Amino acid sequence: MKRLLVAACLIAASTSTPFEIVIDRGVDTLTPIAVVPFRIYENAIDITPIVNSDLSSSGQFRPIDESNMLSLPSSADEVLYHDWRVLKTEYVVVGSVFIDGLGLLVAEFEVIDVNQEQVLQSGQVKGHVEDPRSLAHHVSDEVFRAMTGIPGAFSTRVAYVLVENRTQVDERHTLMIADFDGERETPILISGQPILSPAWSSDGKQLAYVSFEAGSSAIHIINLETGQSRLLASFEGINSAPAFSPDGSHIAMVLSRDGNPDIYTIEVASNVIRRITNHRAIDTEPVWELNGEHLIFTSDRGGSPQIYRVNVDSLRVTRLTYEGRYNARPRVMPDNTHFIFVHRSASGFHIAWRDLAGNRAARILSSNVLDESPSVAPNGVMMMYSTKSNRKGILSIVSVSGEVEYKLTSSTGDVIEPAWSPYLPLTTTFVER
Amino acid sequence: MSHLKNGAWIALLLVCGLLTACASQTGCGAPEEVPVVVDQRPEKDTKPPEVPKPEVEEVPDFIELPDGTLVAVDSDGSVIRSVFNFEFDESEIGSSDFRVLQQHAARLNRNRDQSVAIDGHCDERGTREYNLALGERRAMAVQDFLLANGVRPSQMSARSFGEERPVDTGSDEAAWAKNRRVELKYE
Repeated sequence: MKRLLVAACLIAASTSTPFEIVIDRGVDTLTPIAVVPFRIYENAIDITPIVNSDLSSSGQFRPIDESNMLSLPSSADEVLYHDWRVLKTEYVVVGSVFIDGLGLLVAEFEVIDVNQEQVLQSGQVKGHVEDPRSLAHHVSDEVFRAMTGIPGAFSTRVAYVLVENRTQVDERHTLMIADFDGERETPILISGQPILSPAWSSDGKQLAYVSFEAGSSAIHIINLETGQSRLLASFEGINSAPAFSPDGSHIAMVLSRDGNPDIYTIEVASNVIRRITNHRAIDTEPVWELNGEHLIFTSDRGGSPQIYRVNVDSLRVTRLTYEGRYNARPRVMPDNTHFIFVHRSASGFHIAWRDLAGNRAARILSSNVLDESPSVAPNGVMMMYSTKSNRKGILSIVSVSGEVEYKLTSSTGDVIEPAWSPYLPLTTTFVER
Repeated sequence: MSHLKNGAWIALLLVCGLLTACASQTGCGAPEEVPVVVDQRPEKDTKPPEVPKPEVEEVPDFIELPDGTLVAVDSDGSVIRSVFNFEFDESEIGSSDFRVLQQHAARLNRNRDQSVAIDGHCDERGTREYNLALGERRAMAVQDFLLANGVRPSQMSARSFGEERPVDTGSDEAAWAKNRRVELKYE
């Protein structure tokens, strides 16, 4: 019953978006919390539904429905702990929204631990009056941090490609950026040719991508502040799979200009290109480890696609995966000790998770048949991947702990190739009180 | 009645095709033996009778379809298959494709100014970037075959579209089998 309520609430909250959010898995193991509807003063706007939706999507919390609440406090001193113990609520979030003397929209909130009868966090987030959504995501970030000790990633965005009218004469590929929950979708680039592999720079200011505008693959970089795009690589053969190094100084990529696909790096300042792998097999999908010393990548040098690791100084290569005949497209987790990747099992292609040291067996995180393109949130709590449902390309958000899955779909086409942004500069400010 | 007409027309094309094939090669029938009537009379103001010239009837190696695409055609005027399929995660050309690819090679060898794009494609399974590389490997396999059959590197360009350009958007074995392919595109 509660499960249904949660799902209904989420769908209602997303009716204004091109995406539809559908809860997909059980919620029995989630921590029950309550985000009490914030007190809204004068012309201020309610942000509670967005905070509820954000915290649900983390796969850690189950916000209880307002209709089940016994009281509706808006500050810690109004909280009757008994009311929340009855509901087995572990945390209560209360607050208010108002417009201050400077014309800024302010959300004042407190996070309360019901068992300890203690205020964990008390603060204010301020932002522009016309942008309550950014304010709400920032509040969610701080509430999540107070409850888990991990920074929230609800203010982050996601890049992806929308493919419309595939195989028709008016086929259209659009590189999009949206909030992580699919809201505020913004087109960045529209092409009649495929667009692939969007990759964020670590400061979130640039996006590299692969396009086929010139008839074959080429790597471009777009500056998201100026909107200007520049060509990075268009050698003969494949130019693909760009990946910014953590410090932004280099971009790893795949070129087949020297005969077959190998991993190369280009130094951004000098444009000096260096070959990292040199093997007659396919080497592709490079991604940096957080210290910038290693790349992990896909290669079929062993007879089937598997994941390998190369030291960018010594160029020494070691193999990381052995399970099955298809392991590809790795993405390093922010803890730099695990990675997620695409794994083929007897039932299909799934997203799997394992440690870089190779000590433990892989764990399967997704359960569809055609899962690919995994991308992880900068806090490592959630990941997003693309899959197919009813012949449509859709995105799925799943908590790395695996309990909750949300689907993001578009009514006009296939959504593919999600790339979760790093933490981005915020337009809102948080002040702890 | 119309069958007979068509049959006669094809027979004529075949004869002419053989004649032009010989004319372009050494070692077969001497070209001067081709019966060509030459009018050696001095020019008059009356028009000479129309003399059919064999090269006018030549069977082309390539024809342009109504939609503008250029295709290789057989000596009987039928379009030669230009799509070659592959197994999952494989880039080996099927032995049944050898003869067809050799027909393409023969036409490219006779027409050195004709170029061809060799486009490799994959089914939707597996990762997009790996499939981009796999599509190139399939295209290279076909390019190498054509190269071994005399086609010049300057006539060919191998490209890959990975899994991005399916011909069938279904998610079943039949659709996947169609999408794992190399297409020859004459430009």
